Amino acid sequence: MAGETKDNSLPKNGLLSARSSDGKFSRRLTDDEFDRYSRQMIVPGMGREGQLRLIESRLLIIGAGGLGCPAAQYIAGAGVGTIGIVDGDIVEASNLHRQVGHATSRLGMKKVDSLITHLKALNPLPTYIPYDFQLTPQNAADIISQYDLVLDCTDHPITRYLISDICVLTQKPLVSAAAVQKSGQLTVLNCPPAPQGLVDGEYPPCYRCCFRKPPPPSSMVSCGEAGIMGPVVGMMGMAQAGEAIKILASGLHLPPPTSDDNTAPPLERNLARPTLLIYTYDLDSAVGPYSFRALKMGGRKKNCFACGEGSTLTLDGIKTGNPDYVQFCSAPTINVRLPPEQRITAVAYHAAKEKGELPAHILVDTREKEHFSFGSLEGAVNMPFGRFLMNAAAVKRTGGSARDLLPTGAADGDAPIFVVCRTGQDSQETVEKLRELGLDNGGQRKIVDIMGGLRAWKQDVDPTFPFI
Amino acid sequence: MGSESAATIPITVDFSGGLEMLFDNQRRYLISLPVTDESGKAANIAFLIEHLCKHYMKDPRADLFVLDGHIRPGILVLINDADWELEGEEAYEIKSKDNILFVSTLHGG
Repeated sequence: MAGETKDNSLPKNGLLSARSSDGKFSRRLTDDEFDRYSRQMIVPGMGREGQLRLIESRLLIIGAGGLGCPAAQYIAGAGVGTIGIVDGDIVEASNLHRQVGHATSRLGMKKVDSLITHLKALNPLPTYIPYDFQLTPQNAADIISQYDLVLDCTDHPITRYLISDICVLTQKPLVSAAAVQKSGQLTVLNCPPAPQGLVDGEYPPCYRCCFRKPPPPSSMVSCGEAGIMGPVVGMMGMAQAGEAIKILASGLHLPPPTSDDNTAPPLERNLARPTLLIYTYDLDSAVGPYSFRALKMGGRKKNCFACGEGSTLTLDGIKTGNPDYVQFCSAPTINVRLPPEQRITAVAYHAAKEKGELPAHILVDTREKEHFSFGSLEGAVNMPFGRFLMNAAAVKRTGGSARDLLPTGAADGDAPIFVVCRTGQDSQETVEKLRELGLDNGGQRKIVDIMGGLRAWKQDVDPTFPFI
Repeated sequence: MGSESAATIPITVDFSGGLEMLFDNQRRYLISLPVTDESGKAANIAFLIEHLCKHYMKDPRADLFVLDGHIRPGILVLINDADWELEGEEAYEIKSKDNILFVSTLHGG
C-alpha cells in the first residue's frame, strides 16, 4: 500500500553495530529493512526490538523438503539474518507438489541450491549458507553449534535422534515437525536450553524425553512409500517457522529474566511442558473439532538417555559412533541377503520371458494397492507387503495355514513364484518369509526375487513403465 | 464389547497418525468399557489396550499396536490430552468420559 509514513529519525543507511553495553540494540534498521518488515513490526509484541533480534539471529534448517521449503520461505521473509540449510538430495519432479521452494526449471539441482535461489528472490537481505550434504554424526556438531536455533525438517528417526542429541549438548532450542500421508505433528523442544544432566526443577524435554524409542522399522513409512498431501506437510513447516520466529523475536530461548520488578507476575511461557500439536486431515470430511489437537507433554525426564541425570552422551562419543544411531533405529539397509540362485535381474527375467524360456509361474507384486493400481507387470497379482508381513506373523503366532497367505490359487502346485516390489527390498524379505513358512515345498518350488524391483524394470527394461 | 448387564464406563478412544488403519479406518470409538477386568481389578489403560485388541482391532497386524504385551514403541498415549506419563501410564485407572488418544509418531517430512 502506498502512502506509508516513515519515522524520519531513522538513518538512511544501516549501521552494523551490535548491542550497546546495556544490552539494547544500537543497530538501526535500514530503509530496505524498514519497508520490508513493516507489516510484521507493527504487530503488538514484535516491534523494532523483535525485528532486530531476528536480524541478528542464526537459524539452521535441516532438510529442504516438504517441511523445510515452507518453513524456509517464512523464515527468510521474516528477515532472520543468517539461514543455514542442510540437505544432500537433488530436486525430483515428485517433490514439487509439496516442496514449494523448488521449481520445475530446477529439477536435478541440489535441493539446498534450488531453495536458496528461491529464497534470494524472496528476500536478498539474509545471509544464506548451503550445506549440500547429509547431516552425519561426524559433521552435525560443527554445523549445529554455529546457530541459535534448529528446525528439524528431516524424514527419518536416525537424523531426528541425532539432531536432538546434538541440540542437547550444544544447548540449542529445537523445533521439530513431521508429516506422513494425512497427519502432521509439531513440538518445540529443549527451549530454553538447560545444561545436560540438570534435573532438579522444571526443564524442557528433548526429543528422546518425548519419544524414548523409535518405532520398529516395519511400522515406519516414509512419504515416498505412504504418500503425503502437500498442505498437510506445508502446514507443519509453516508452523515450525511460526514457532521459530516467535522464539527468536521474543528471546523465549533465553533464560527468563530475573526481573528487578518483583511486582510483575511471572510470564506463563509454557515451555518446560511443551505442546505436541497434531493435525489430522481427512480426504472425505470437512475440517472438524478434532482436526487440530494440542496435547500436553511432560518435561525433561530424569532418566533420559541424552539430557537426564548422569547421561554419558558426549559430542566426542557421537563423532566416534557412540551411540550407534543406525542400530538404535535398526534402519532397513539395502544389502543383498538372498543367495544369487534365489534372485534374477529385471533384464534376465524379461529376456527369459520374451524367449519363452520361463516356465509357467506366479508373479507376485508386493507394493501397496495404490501403487499397483497405476500399472503392473503382465500377469502380476498384488499381495501388499505390510499386510503380508502381519499375516505371516499371525500364522506363526496362531499356527494358521501359511497357504492362505498367498493370493488365491497361488499356493497350489510347484510352479515357481517370482516376487517383485518397488525397489527390491520388500521382495527379498517376502522370498525369505515364504521359505521360512515352508511354501517352497521343501525346496521343490523355486521362489525368486526380481532384483531392484520395478525401479530396475523401468530403468533397465521398459522406460515407459508407470513407476511411482 | 462387554455384556449388557455388566457395569461399564463410557469413554472415547481416538486413533491418529495412521493407527486408525488398524481399527477399520475409524478414528473415534465410543466405548462402554467394563468397570473391572476379569480378575476384578479396576479397569486401567493396560486393560483397555487388551480390550481394544480383542474387540475392536479389525486388522491382523496386532504387532503394529502392541509388542510383548505393551504398547509398541513409537506410539504415544494421551489421557485427556496429556501425555500418559503424567498420569501413571498403564496403571492409570479409567474414569467415566475419559478421552484416550493413541498416536503413532511420524517421521516423514
